[in-house]
Amino acid sequence: MILAKTGNEAFAYAMKQINPDVVAAYPITPSTEIVQLFSNYVADGEVDTEFVAVESEHSAMAACIGAAACGRRVMTATASQGLALMHEMLFVASGLRLPIVMAVASRSLSSPLNIHGDHSDSIASRDSGWMQFFCETVQEGYDTLIQAVKMAERAYLPAIVAIDGFILSHCQERIETLADQEVRDFLGQLKPNYNLLDWRNPILAGPATLQDYYFEFKRSQIEGMNRALPIIEEVQAEFGHRFGRYYAVLEEFRCEDAEVVLLVIGSACGNCRIAVEQLRSKGRKVGLVKLKVFRPMVHSLLKKCLRRFKRIGVLDRVDAVNSYGGPLFTEITSVLYDLSERPEVFSYVYGLGGREFTPEDAMGVYEQVMSGKKDELVTYIGVR
Amino acid sequence: MAKKLKGWQELPCGAIIDDMDAVKENKTGAWRSMRPVWNKEKCRQCLLCWIYCPDSAILVVDGKVVGIDYDYCKGCGNCASICPAKAIDMEKEQK
Repeated sequence: MILAKTGNEAFAYAMKQINPDVVAAYPITPSTEIVQLFSNYVADGEVDTEFVAVESEHSAMAACIGAAACGRRVMTATASQGLALMHEMLFVASGLRLPIVMAVASRSLSSPLNIHGDHSDSIASRDSGWMQFFCETVQEGYDTLIQAVKMAERAYLPAIVAIDGFILSHCQERIETLADQEVRDFLGQLKPNYNLLDWRNPILAGPATLQDYYFEFKRSQIEGMNRALPIIEEVQAEFGHRFGRYYAVLEEFRCEDAEVVLLVIGSACGNCRIAVEQLRSKGRKVGLVKLKVFRPMVHSLLKKCLRRFKRIGVLDRVDAVNSYGGPLFTEITSVLYDLSERPEVFSYVYGLGGREFTPEDAMGVYEQVMSGKKDELVTYIGVR
Repeated sequence: MAKKLKGWQELPCGAIIDDMDAVKENKTGAWRSMRPVWNKEKCRQCLLCWIYCPDSAILVVDGKVVGIDYDYCKGCGNCASICPAKAIDMEKEQK
């Protein structure tokens, strides 16, 4: 069906079709509508979900963990301060290898207070052991949320699917939805690797381990993330074969003979595509590399893709406040380190707190990267 | 004498323990600062303490409370507060 939906509406609709066993959530801008609309589906009896209204995001994730440890399909949604408040529980979910899927409408973090879109919240969760997907469009958000359930349940890893707050969460786009039955057939039944309520096979979940076993449990978890990429690609391919919409972990746009590319995550890819088309029409050899999967860090694919370019501009919609630029920039430069001939990499931070990033801004970045002249380590786009 | 520790590839997927005997190895009662003392005469054998004890430390034989397992009792006091007969007193642990 072709529908006009905002990112939040599309997420809520996907959740309705996924029909999770349990959703525990607490509202926060700009993700509030996801849960609000989903609770309408619950109230109208359109889903079988047990909806748990909790008193905070910390509790939301705690309830999700409890339900998932009982072998249930579990989802939630949050953003910004809410994701930050959940931070402690994110590690519990991933350490227990629970395939919880969370929709995030990415937003800045206070202070100063700001409700608009940037990647401060999702990127700050990067070391929590969750898979992370950044989407460019509402359609991609809808498709990815459905795919993420299957990826998470196959990899036994929790997953965050992020759309940019307001830019995608509140803007309507034309999307093609699947039929409820198609979604349910695609996902099939969850096969949990344990169930806390199975009294015939008692387990202790989240035990205390000291110097003797903590490291081994962590090593095992790390291996789970190491093995996630083929699962992600497999599910993307299955989705493409069934429904005709294919997504790449790393997408190259007009990169065939490009000398200069920008590497971007999230909705800003759209404006960068416009800039690429304009520059291409003038004969400039530029392209765009869109990174969709941020965790696991797809280092081999990135290395293989990026090594052939002369110069790369890396765009971060967040600053790590580390006096060394955005998190994507530092990871990309480190991915390229062991190449004997490396492209030059420039760091750009843009769009904090929802600051507009236009096709003209993207053109400016391309011009500067093409010129190869950049005095400062990090350029803050549009800052007065 | 030292028990052979498992390698990471021998562990279950997720931080869980499925070997329930392993749980018994940690005598968590050593953490206790308050000790529940069961008073047999006052006890009505309602078993509420057994239901509420989070550490399964109420010893029950043939459906009757017979005492407290101090190897695992952490001294939380749930049993004493739930007991309708006030048959459990919390006393300070002494060296």
